[in-house]
Amino acid sequence: MAKKKTTKKTSKKIAAKTGSKKTPRVVDKKRDAATIKKIETLTTSIVKNSLAQKEPTFEIPTRSVTNMKYNKKKRILEMGTNTQTRSLFNLGQSRKFMQSLLLAKGCRDLIQAEKTLSLRGMYYMGLHTIPGTKEKTFNDQGESDGILEDLEVSLDGLREELHVFAKKRGTMVGNITVVDNGDEINCRKMGSGGYAIPSICEPNVMQFKKCDAEFILHVEKDTVWSRFNEDRFWEKHNCILTEGSGQPPRGVRRMLHRMHKELGLPVYCLLDCDPWGHYIYSVIKQGSINLAFESERMAIPDAKFMGIRSKDYERLDLSDDVKIELNDRDITRAKQIAAYPWFEGKREWQREIKTMLNNGFKMEVESLITKDISYVTEEYVPQRLKEGDFLD
Amino acid sequence: MEGPYSQHAIMPNINTPKKKKTRSNATAETMASGQRDISVSEFFAKNRHLLGFDNPRKAMLTAIKEAVDNALDACEEAGILPHIYVRVLQISESRFKLTIRDNGPGIVREQIENIFGKLLYGSKFHRLKMSRGQQGIGISAAGMYGLMTTGKPLVIITKTGKKKVAHEVVLKMDTSKNRPTVISDKEHPDDNAIFAEGHGTQVTIELEGKYQKGRQSIDEYLEQTAIANPHARVTYVTPTNETIEFPRAIEELPEEPKEIKPHPKGIELGTLIQMIERTDQRQLGGFLAKDFCRVGATKAREICKGAGMTGQTWIKTVGHAEAEKLYDSIQKTRIIAPNTDCLVPIGSKALLAGLLKEVKAEFFAASTRPPNVYRGNPFQIEVAIGYGGGLGRDDSAKVLRFANRVPLLYSQSSCCSFKAVAETSWKNYGLTQPRNSIPSGPLVVMVHMVSVWVPFTSESKEAIADYDEIRKEMKLALQECGRKLGTYLRRRKRMARESERRSVFERYIGEISRCCNSLIGTDPDKLYKALIQQAKRRTDEADSKLDDEGQVLADNGRLGNDDDVIIVGELQDIPDQEDTLFGKSTKKKKQKTTKKKKTTRKRGTK
Repeated sequence: MAKKKTTKKTSKKIAAKTGSKKTPRVVDKKRDAATIKKIETLTTSIVKNSLAQKEPTFEIPTRSVTNMKYNKKKRILEMGTNTQTRSLFNLGQSRKFMQSLLLAKGCRDLIQAEKTLSLRGMYYMGLHTIPGTKEKTFNDQGESDGILEDLEVSLDGLREELHVFAKKRGTMVGNITVVDNGDEINCRKMGSGGYAIPSICEPNVMQFKKCDAEFILHVEKDTVWSRFNEDRFWEKHNCILTEGSGQPPRGVRRMLHRMHKELGLPVYCLLDCDPWGHYIYSVIKQGSINLAFESERMAIPDAKFMGIRSKDYERLDLSDDVKIELNDRDITRAKQIAAYPWFEGKREWQREIKTMLNNGFKMEVESLITKDISYVTEEYVPQRLKEGDFLD
Repeated sequence: MEGPYSQHAIMPNINTPKKKKTRSNATAETMASGQRDISVSEFFAKNRHLLGFDNPRKAMLTAIKEAVDNALDACEEAGILPHIYVRVLQISESRFKLTIRDNGPGIVREQIENIFGKLLYGSKFHRLKMSRGQQGIGISAAGMYGLMTTGKPLVIITKTGKKKVAHEVVLKMDTSKNRPTVISDKEHPDDNAIFAEGHGTQVTIELEGKYQKGRQSIDEYLEQTAIANPHARVTYVTPTNETIEFPRAIEELPEEPKEIKPHPKGIELGTLIQMIERTDQRQLGGFLAKDFCRVGATKAREICKGAGMTGQTWIKTVGHAEAEKLYDSIQKTRIIAPNTDCLVPIGSKALLAGLLKEVKAEFFAASTRPPNVYRGNPFQIEVAIGYGGGLGRDDSAKVLRFANRVPLLYSQSSCCSFKAVAETSWKNYGLTQPRNSIPSGPLVVMVHMVSVWVPFTSESKEAIADYDEIRKEMKLALQECGRKLGTYLRRRKRMARESERRSVFERYIGEISRCCNSLIGTDPDKLYKALIQQAKRRTDEADSKLDDEGQVLADNGRLGNDDDVIIVGELQDIPDQEDTLFGKSTKKKKQKTTKKKKTTRKRGTK
């Protein structure tokens, strides 16, 4: 999910080489040295144990629901203190242990070379056949992605610090000018495609220059975003329009977080009326379970949920055709979400989920098109904004 | 036919004219002229299938079997370690000459005719003693079969001692008189060539037969004989003139079985009446106390009292009615089971020695049950199994059945042993077993019953009758062996798992040492060795933790990932823990076993 760093670094290097840009590399070097130190400390403890005929292990903070706490004060998810031990001499963990060390070595090499790589790149970096066997160190990228996340938490270093970034996803347009790696980007003039939010949006890469917008409207996916962009919604309502292609990646969330915090813009979300839409909202608002350790930098506890609401079917008199029946998985998931501590105490949310379950169907944002092509931009959103009708 | 007049109406009409026309009205006198004695030999000549001479192939096997059984019995009784020589010579397409020679005590001249020429003559029928032969039918029946099919007589050469003369007798049986005719009788000249030890007997029978290898063949019979008689050496010359040696595996003769008197509960009314007629005793009390086992003066009195008689009742006065009362009284009286020291099982040790010699398995287990009693006859069950190794993996298990050390090759499915094997639930021991059938897999099951009187289903002695007591004992013994096998199989599985575990660790250790070297400059070899050492320790630890009976097994350095090697190594390395694998009584044997196995394996693996 994290995208920010990579872009920054690569661009920096190129910049450095071409000599066209000054780079805030000093900061990086310090951080890089610290990251390398962390990797070496981990390795040293493993080697020490091995030579002393003790079991070589390292600890990984658990990334699961059980080791995650909802901080009611901060209104974000935080990672608990539970760790799991990864040990070489455990049949189920042996291979992962080896892979962790391989990737740690890969990251160290990356940092030393002052380069960054994508997740897929890291997969190839660690990939080889174990000598004397036919076994490959990684069977697919999924394996190496998981190990990298483990590595992040056990080294207590963000992916960016390990010089790894994810594939870019997410688009932005609106009444703001940003500086991305030294390039000024006027988001008011991004045509129909919009500005692709980079994977790494840390302050050293991304600065905000001029912002006249009053709020941020985050929509679930590209198709809806295009509708809004084409209708010049952001111009009419003086806002920033973002999109995260479903579950928003780290870069998008970091961007939203920074704009919210630094520019004081409220965030409204327009998502589908289904458990997955609700969960996207939950991730934007409180942080995700998997990346609970990054919530502080990502979560926007004040984000509001604009729609689609389960009552919209009746309120807007939508046709029957927009109904998508809830399947068993949806129902289970909806009940899970309703039981999350951060939803548990919210009567309105409970009612919302209950209504959806009673309805027995879900609705997508696109369903509003049955009313009119631009109904969503011309009627639905303006009306919600006017009424201040949001779920919190 | 139940109508009031149906019978009356039909019978006269049909029966009366028939009688008159078709029947030759025999009178008592004319009938009497056709009535005469049927000699036993004549009866069996006509009903030879009862004795196992149904077809040429089986007849040849039966002939050899009877001769070998007699030879082994004779040797053992005389305290000689048997060496049996069997030669099957093909004379023509369907004609064979069988020669069976032993190093037994020989036979005195006067008895030769009786033993070889008379059916139902022998020492074994009237006594209750464990022996291979029982009725005294076997060898003479073989001679008779030979005579009937080829017209050739039996040739017997026997010598009773180094300084004694060897006799060569040629016998022909007169079936109508159940008496042999001596055709020639002379001293045999070059006896030393035949009887190296100075004594022995050789029988030559010419008969119509068929030689075929495979199941139920002479080869199989001799092989199984060697298993059940590890103290015997058997030399076999096949029709193709190959010599096969079945060497001796142990150098001790089995103990000599004791003869016992019948147990009161083991006899039937008819037998009781016979015994009363034949007894030397004059009073009932004496008869009961002397002619039966487990009956003393007190018990005799109790039985007599129960029958309304006293110990002093004269035997002469005991008629049929009294005998019946006596019989009932015996059934009601509590009498302790017969003593069982009359039984000589092969013993686990010898059993394994025998099996090991002829069966190429990797795991062997044996179990000998304590003696038990059926119908007043003591018996004992022994079971041995061989598993894995060179045995066929896909076929169903092979059941080797024995009675008093004699292999049983025919009528498998009607045999009590076979049923017991099928009824045992082998799935519990890690084998696959089709429903109502014997297990499949590389398994050989040997079931041996010893008894003073083995209850065969027929005179040809092919299958053991299905008595509940016997089957129960068999199943118990099978279960004992099965449990050992299960333990072994589970252990083997665990070992395979462990070695797999180790190989997984070893695979990754190389990667890890290289990474650590690159990351912090650790000496990769040093780290590698340290980790490998740890991996070995850890897998060994897990290995020796427990077997399934909760016993801690000694560590054993496994030699590699090859199953066979592991097992051989295992056998070698844990000599003190044999119980878990082979049962307690087999300690010494097992070590021997291991050595032998080892050598063959090595050869194999190279």
